[in-house]
Amino acid sequence: MMTVEEIKTAIDAAIPDAGVVIVPNPSPSGQHSLRLDPRHAIKVAKFLRGDAELALDFLSNATGVDWPDREVAEKVKVTRPVTKTVDGVEQTAEETVEETRKRVEPGCLEVVYHLFSVEKKHGPVVLRMRTVNRTDQVELPSLTPIWRSAEFQEREIFDLFGVVFTGHPDLRRILMWEGFKDHPMRRDYVDPDDFDYEPTAHDAVLVRAQEHRAAAAAEEGTGAAQ
Amino acid sequence: MIKIVSKLGFGRKKKPEGWNRPPVIESGEEGELLEVAMGPHHPSTHGVFRMDLALDGERVIRLKPEFGYLHRNHEKLGEGQSYLASMPYTDRLDYICSLTNNWAYALAVEKLAGQEVPERAEYLRVILAEMTRIQNHAGSIGFLMQDMGCSGTPLMYAFREREKLLDLFEKLTGSRMMCNYMRFGGCRVDATPEWLDEARKVVAGLPEFVDEFEALLRSNEILMARTQGVGILKQDLAVNAGITGPLLRASGVNYDIRKVDHYGIYDRFDFKVPLGDHGDVYDRFMVRMLEIRESLKILEQALKDIPAGPVMDSKAKIRGFRPKPGEAYGRIESPKGELGFYLISDGGPNPYRYRVRPPSLINLTVLEDMALGQNVADVVLILGSVDIVLGEVDR
Repeated sequence: MMTVEEIKTAIDAAIPDAGVVIVPNPSPSGQHSLRLDPRHAIKVAKFLRGDAELALDFLSNATGVDWPDREVAEKVKVTRPVTKTVDGVEQTAEETVEETRKRVEPGCLEVVYHLFSVEKKHGPVVLRMRTVNRTDQVELPSLTPIWRSAEFQEREIFDLFGVVFTGHPDLRRILMWEGFKDHPMRRDYVDPDDFDYEPTAHDAVLVRAQEHRAAAAAEEGTGAAQ
Repeated sequence: MIKIVSKLGFGRKKKPEGWNRPPVIESGEEGELLEVAMGPHHPSTHGVFRMDLALDGERVIRLKPEFGYLHRNHEKLGEGQSYLASMPYTDRLDYICSLTNNWAYALAVEKLAGQEVPERAEYLRVILAEMTRIQNHAGSIGFLMQDMGCSGTPLMYAFREREKLLDLFEKLTGSRMMCNYMRFGGCRVDATPEWLDEARKVVAGLPEFVDEFEALLRSNEILMARTQGVGILKQDLAVNAGITGPLLRASGVNYDIRKVDHYGIYDRFDFKVPLGDHGDVYDRFMVRMLEIRESLKILEQALKDIPAGPVMDSKAKIRGFRPKPGEAYGRIESPKGELGFYLISDGGPNPYRYRVRPPSLINLTVLEDMALGQNVADVVLILGSVDIVLGEVDR
């Protein structure tokens, strides 16, 4: 089995502008992965399947990972002029202080594929792809035309994470029902507040159920909360 | 050609280049097309599973599987609780084979955290996994016969033996089906010498059952007429569609994760991988039958060689278990196919991402390909030969 570095070299040799990045995995499992550029993902996937030495003919697992926007606090050393009054005389001196700066790292949706070879009996080779953001640019190329096993799994990722796979032949929700709005596997998903049919409401659930009924009644504008 | 004006939403988008779905069958005659929603309450769908069929007379023109009736977002539950707390939930995935589910999850976490498993625990895992395989295959053959209209007898024969194995599970783990037995770095409790003796006795009695079961069914004329040449799955499609387990091997692909990965201690045992030739329902039935025999071989060796020693790694941490950041994919050959768990740790007590790779769901990818052009009555058999459990399909 080739290492990820060797696979990257082979891909770069075959597809010059592939833009594959090695993502190291610090865990003892040692399953390092390759992040593909979505623009060249189909070409790279075709290469991985067709290459005589790799022969990755079996896509075992495809799944999504949600990385929400993250606020990162960093300590930065800042040098700034300070005016001090020493013995009644104003002096200007340079002073270095540590400042905590916050910045928001933009989030994304990630798709992970685990490839094996039935012919050569090796694996896994882990591929990843990232969307631009989590809201309006969530398209990624579908690998279903190359590996059929991604068909249901990409539908599941579309359903639960909201990644839109371009080139998928039948992209519909698979586990949730048609007409469902949100994507439940996203980390900022909020459970629906539907306590209409709660048979034995008590404690916190009773409070939420009462709130829900009051809100529902107010929205309806007719009838009173029960 | 009949134009499908569909109420159930048939008619797909244009196929992309290289898409190897079989061509739509043309009937050649003008006629009415019947659309049937088979399930979710149909007894032969093995749970709450629906197939939308488009029929031309008796022949299947289109088939669309629909899932989600048993969906409870198992993966989200797994992300909201500690690593260990997910262990009993894995029992509920494929509720016929809870012990192999336990093993797959434990294997993935052990890969993630770099844990070792003591030898006796590895033996116990092999013993329990092979017992699970036997009872699953016997049960699935029984259900296949039930679907065929052979109501009762083969299923009762299978369940009689399954009961003996479930009794063993109960004695060891405290539960017949929801075993919750394995832990990260070993097993929960040790097997007593009495239990091992009883297991040896049960295993010694099983070959007789297999002989009887096989003699009852293998050369049955009705079985052969109904299953041979039905639901054929081609080798290259099976690999491309990610089919695993007996379904893949019935199509003649030699791929058994026990032999490929040698996870656990499977390299120590002498067993063969049965392969089919035609990839039809009969081959799947026979592959399962032969796999029971191979599992019995493994069981005999494992029960003979099992060493003394601890069943838990003494360094394993139960409370406050926090693997270092990273990720791991662990997989085993479960009775249904490749069962994998993919975990991402961010260093916290809960997994950041917890993913189950369900063999039952992915094996259904080719259900339409196998069923096209067959009769409606055969669709029931084809589904039965895939051997699905809806707890795992819908998660």
